Amino acid sequence: MEKKNYTVSIYTENNLGLLSRIAAIFLKRHINIESITVSKSEVNDVMRFIVIVQVTEDQVRKIVGQIEKQIEVIKAFYHTDEELFFQETALYKVRSSDFMKDSGIQHFIQETNARIVAATPDFFVIEKTGRRQETDHLYEKLKPYGLMQFVRSGTIAVSKNEMQISGILEKFNTTNSLS
Amino acid sequence: MKVKTASFEEIATPESATVSGAEAIIKCLLKEGVDTIYGYPGGAIMPVYDELYKYQDKIHHVLTRHEQGAAHAAQGYARVTGKVGVAVATSGPGATNLITGIADAHIDSTPVVFITGQVGSTLLGSDAFQEIDVVGISTPITKWNYQVTDASEIPEVLAKAFYIARSGRPGPVLIDITKDAQFAPLEFSYKKCSGIRSYKPVPEINLLQVERAAEAINNAKKPMIVFGQGVILGKAEELLKKLVEKTGIPAAWTILGLSALPTGHPLNVGMVGMHGNYAPNMLTNECDVLIAIGMRFDDRVTGNLETYAKQAKVIHFEIDPAEINKNVTADIPVLGNVNQTLNLVMELLQPNDHSEWHQKFKELYAIEYDKLIQHHLTSKNPELTMGEVIDEINTCSDGNAIIVSDVGQHQMVACRYAKFKTSRSNVTSGGLGTMGFALPAAIGAKMGKPDRDVVAIIGDGGFQMNIQELGTIFQTKVPVKIVVLNNSFLGMVRQWQQMFFERRYASTEMINPDFIAIAKGYHIQSRHVAKRSQLKDAVKEMMEAEGSYFLEVSVEQEENVFPMIPTGASVSEIRLE
Ligand SMILES: Cc1ncc(C[n+]2csc(CCOP(=O)(O)OP(=O)(O)O)c2C)c(N)n1
Repeated sequence: MEKKNYTVSIYTENNLGLLSRIAAIFLKRHINIESITVSKSEVNDVMRFIVIVQVTEDQVRKIVGQIEKQIEVIKAFYHTDEELFFQETALYKVRSSDFMKDSGIQHFIQETNARIVAATPDFFVIEKTGRRQETDHLYEKLKPYGLMQFVRSGTIAVSKNEMQISGILEKFNTTNSLS
Repeated sequence: MKVKTASFEEIATPESATVSGAEAIIKCLLKEGVDTIYGYPGGAIMPVYDELYKYQDKIHHVLTRHEQGAAHAAQGYARVTGKVGVAVATSGPGATNLITGIADAHIDSTPVVFITGQVGSTLLGSDAFQEIDVVGISTPITKWNYQVTDASEIPEVLAKAFYIARSGRPGPVLIDITKDAQFAPLEFSYKKCSGIRSYKPVPEINLLQVERAAEAINNAKKPMIVFGQGVILGKAEELLKKLVEKTGIPAAWTILGLSALPTGHPLNVGMVGMHGNYAPNMLTNECDVLIAIGMRFDDRVTGNLETYAKQAKVIHFEIDPAEINKNVTADIPVLGNVNQTLNLVMELLQPNDHSEWHQKFKELYAIEYDKLIQHHLTSKNPELTMGEVIDEINTCSDGNAIIVSDVGQHQMVACRYAKFKTSRSNVTSGGLGTMGFALPAAIGAKMGKPDRDVVAIIGDGGFQMNIQELGTIFQTKVPVKIVVLNNSFLGMVRQWQQMFFERRYASTEMINPDFIAIAKGYHIQSRHVAKRSQLKDAVKEMMEAEGSYFLEVSVEQEENVFPMIPTGASVSEIRLE
């Protein structure tokens, strides 16, 4: 089976130790995590993990099964790139001296919707939000200008179709009398 | 405001009183109906032991001689009773000594709550004396774990621990409690946990799949059932028996499915897997419908997956969705507790008779009997075989004993030849294959079922892995029967060396101590036999003994366990020699 990029979205209770429980599931199967992000989700007190992996569909299906088994995981989904809108943010710190000399690169930044978020006599900080190929492309462009630092966030993604997470929580609230 | 993520029964006994965290722990155990626990004290758990002292008329704490012993004893207790076992240890080395038992309970789906003491919360992360991150270490081998630093959490957390351990596919839960939380006061009231919103113990049943399963079973010409521990955990033994009888389908058990159907049932065709029976292994690759019930297609069961039951339509009755299509693709997955799904499918099944197909199993059994079984059970060699000893125990106990086996050749022989009449009578370490399991597990089994005979079958190697538990037997006077089948080798490894490493016996020969003298040191009645003529009498003496009994049997040194599916081979390449 062919390996592909899969985005695993995991809705969880906000619980200490869950990150290592989830990471261990990947580790045990020697699967490299390309990126991982943890943040609040659309549901109160529910966290959302987004993990990007390059695996076969069979692997990702099994992983999601193991993840869902964890007590504090409410629901996990996996998606291919086509089923998602996703973005990541990259920051590039370049030396002012080299950068100022070249108006071509300044144009490029404007055209590709990157932004200069800080400018000092010594360095510029450029921010670019987009797909991986776009941030990669800018990286290649800026490299000749003395890239002093580069950092990229994990991928964040929302699915085109609905993820039925709130339904699950509502059901719990109605079927169990909570004080 | 804290969100409610779990629900609790409202039968709270309003005995609200201020107690210490340690006392709250004991009160929680009592509320969960716990009367026996296994453990070992130490600094970080001393407040709990102090309370155990006060509550000793209500809770029997069994002091094992090693924390691993406590863990396995709690497992043995849980396996025979179906209740949640409990083991307690101190922080640091006490906690790490539990790990093998936790892992064993995890892979064999055994409900056990482990409670460990931890250094004071202000010391956490400081590499304090006997501080160990047991929550981190046990994460991949627990169904759930949690560290309590605030005493007021104790009732809720323990209620959740018991609920999680026993519900759905059972498993071990570890609760680590800092020493200051054991001392701190709290207002105690207890409500049993009845649900956790992020946790769905039993998946919803898809009736369409039940119908499809029934149709496939009704249309099958050569169906075969393979059942595992799920039948026992789901309390579906009677249903399985009914189903087998209604449909006339031959049924084989996995090692953990042993005793879920009586051995003597005419449609019980024995054990599948590496050292299982010839017929069910061979015919796995001939059946047209393979009905898997509460089992997980472990590699020791399937052999090479590429050639496993490829011709068959696979129906998989299973409670854990993650097991579906994990190793073997299910044509018809039937999710749910087998107790419910078997009941539903039964309604749709037509009475049937597969005697012609069943005849094939009998023919292959006859081959296995001629080539192997008769030689194992009525050997002409001067040395005793392991099979003869197990058979003598069958005869003497009339198949009513609980058999607790360790790991190795004797385990395979015990599982092949022990006869069972009632469920939950086979206790063995299946998934982890933990040497040293049987002696402590037998202690727990006997305490869980004091009215049954409990016989531990152990190799000379495994016996020495938790031999210290003879001390627990001596102190508690728990009347377990211990049989050591002594071949002066780490037999199973030696067999592999003989077969696959050209007899290079690297570190498998054992120069053993005088086991009888050791048993004597613990004041346990004992006897050693080496001759066939003495065996019957010795087993009888053991089974009739009032107290515990140690029987050492010298057996053939280089006997091999057959049949055998070599690793990587197909189930139908099972070898008889
Ligand atoms: C804790 C542990 N260590 C090592 C092994 C590997 N192992 C499997 S069977 C076996 C030999 C067991 O020897 P013995 O207890 O004498 O039983 P026999 O096979 O001779 O019946 C060994 C070393 C294991 N299963 N468990």
